[in-house]
Amino acid sequence: MRKIRKIIEKIVEGILTLSGMATTLIILLIIVFLFKEGFGFFKSPVVEKGYEVCLNSSNTVDKLSSYQIKQIFDEDITNWKEVGGADAPITPYRFEYLFEQYDEADFGEEYKLLPAKIAEIIKADPNIIAFMPTKYVPQDLSIRTLPRENFGFVDFFFGKEWMPTATPTAQFGILPLILGTLLVSITAILIALPLGLGVAIYLSELASKRVRKILKPVIELLAGIPSVVYGFFGLVVLVPLVQDWFNLPVGETAFTGSLLLAIMALPTIITVAEDSMRNTPRAMREASLALGATQWQTIYKVIIPYAKSGISAAVVLGIGRAIGETMAVLMVTGNAAVMPTTLFEPIRSIPATIAAELGEAPSGGAHYEALFLLGCILFFLTLIISISAEVISKRHPQN
Amino acid sequence: MNKKVTQKIAFTIFKLLGVLIVGILLWILGFIIFNGIGVINWEFLSTGPKDGMTGGGIFPAIVGTLCLMLGSIVFAFPLGIMSAIYTSEYAGSGWIVRFIRVMTNNLAGIPSIVFGLFGMALFVNTMGFGDSIIAGSMTLGLLVLPIIIRTTEEAIQAIPDSFRQASLALGASKLQTIRKVVLPMAFPNIITGLILSIGRVSGETAPILFTVAAYFLPKLPTSVFDQVMALPYHLYVVATSGTDVEKSRPIAYGTALVLIAIVLIMNLLANVLRRYLSNKVKKD
Repeated sequence: MRKIRKIIEKIVEGILTLSGMATTLIILLIIVFLFKEGFGFFKSPVVEKGYEVCLNSSNTVDKLSSYQIKQIFDEDITNWKEVGGADAPITPYRFEYLFEQYDEADFGEEYKLLPAKIAEIIKADPNIIAFMPTKYVPQDLSIRTLPRENFGFVDFFFGKEWMPTATPTAQFGILPLILGTLLVSITAILIALPLGLGVAIYLSELASKRVRKILKPVIELLAGIPSVVYGFFGLVVLVPLVQDWFNLPVGETAFTGSLLLAIMALPTIITVAEDSMRNTPRAMREASLALGATQWQTIYKVIIPYAKSGISAAVVLGIGRAIGETMAVLMVTGNAAVMPTTLFEPIRSIPATIAAELGEAPSGGAHYEALFLLGCILFFLTLIISISAEVISKRHPQN
Repeated sequence: MNKKVTQKIAFTIFKLLGVLIVGILLWILGFIIFNGIGVINWEFLSTGPKDGMTGGGIFPAIVGTLCLMLGSIVFAFPLGIMSAIYTSEYAGSGWIVRFIRVMTNNLAGIPSIVFGLFGMALFVNTMGFGDSIIAGSMTLGLLVLPIIIRTTEEAIQAIPDSFRQASLALGASKLQTIRKVVLPMAFPNIITGLILSIGRVSGETAPILFTVAAYFLPKLPTSVFDQVMALPYHLYVVATSGTDVEKSRPIAYGTALVLIAIVLIMNLLANVLRRYLSNKVKKD
């Protein structure tokens, strides 16, 4: 009987140990799966499957990045010299132009004559760059298809344009998204920090028991309101307010997002900062007061310096919350994926991009993989933030 | 004299900031309640949406959210409690427990949209559940797991060692001590944490976007492999993609109010239960 009980105890202990490892395991799984889905991005071609970029054989250019192809077709690059070719003007040619130039009947039954027509056009112009469906690309010695390039790290991390559905080549530059995210989050913390610190001081040093009893649940509730409700509130109340105050064409700006995020980050900042202030040893306060310092002097000369590491942790955690916030930012910042220049323009954050676009991105395509890579970036950003908050708050205050 | 004036100014500012916080909460709550209360009636709560989200009620979304709340707790609660028992009773105080705590904190800091991506990759695609209650519940369960672990740990650690020692001295085994002494005493605080995490689940949008939430699905789920509508996603849809803002706004207000009401009720319930149960434990 006792033996059986001992065995059962051992089994239960084993199960408990396993569940103790659960969070570690989940984090590992998250890393594995985000990378598994996302890392294919760097193996996917810049030109969509089923399409080719064709050149005249006399053209010596054999490498174009996705951004260069896009610029050529937008006519931002107009000379082959700029991409390493001969000094000659570029003639971009899209598939659609064929149908403007010719009558449907010219292409014959089931477009059988179409490749020949394409060959004719490309042969006629040595400076042409044509974007064509693979199945109509003619087999002809005087026509060259551009070798398939894959998306590169530099294009992804430092690209300034995010246009996942553009043709002929989609643009996946995440710089505007990263900058947008940081702009909104850091501004939010700059707004929330003085507010939150003030309330934390009030709560830990000044408030009576009765006031604490009111304020604590208020802060808990602020933390408990769902982000989508904040987003809705921001959309209906803050957006028109910001538009009015600053006389803007649209109210959906980075600043609106920052205001909303500031409110949402307040509970985190207040709770963490207050905790660290409360931990100031009684002896230190009393020593300061005994030396004739006023309560306020004690607060800013003794308690705040003592709680500095806790306050820093509060700031870092607040930024972490703000960076990861999805719905509220999605609903009030206007979602324009452009390089942010001022606070009063629409921007787009990383989480908002994922939330808005993943539903429409075909599974396994470059867009889908790019969104998972964004998830990886978000994951590591917040991981670094959590760990640094941990390290900061463990640091012993200097005397 | 000067010192005192500075102090007075500083303290007045702090007090005003305290008032401001209360003001912000009242502003948000008041705004939602004031605009939403007129929309709430039996028909709104008990019928499905109609006329392209410009009329009807939110019944399927309420049912969906309840399913997700229940489902996520079924996954997260046992795992969370067992994990917390391990770290606070078995793991001691070495590097293992420190490592686990850091990992739990990290998990708590991961943005909800990342959980959404992960849930989609693992539960929806790899495990083949498709967009379903089970995929959504598991994703949400992972999201609240760190909260449950933390509150349970705190509850367990608050129990004085003398109780454990008394139980062990009477010849009880470690497991018996945990089962008969530690858990019953920690129960009020554990249950509070549980209820608060259910409240959190009810309002999460990002994790369910790609794992379960349906844009419009008037029929109720029949199995855990069905898609459902959910309140937070419904609010997002109605608030942002309506064709007729005049008509869909009241529905958004009503949905927001129901969401807030769930959070308020959960908070209230948690506080009441904690007080009631801890009195009872003391008496026993």
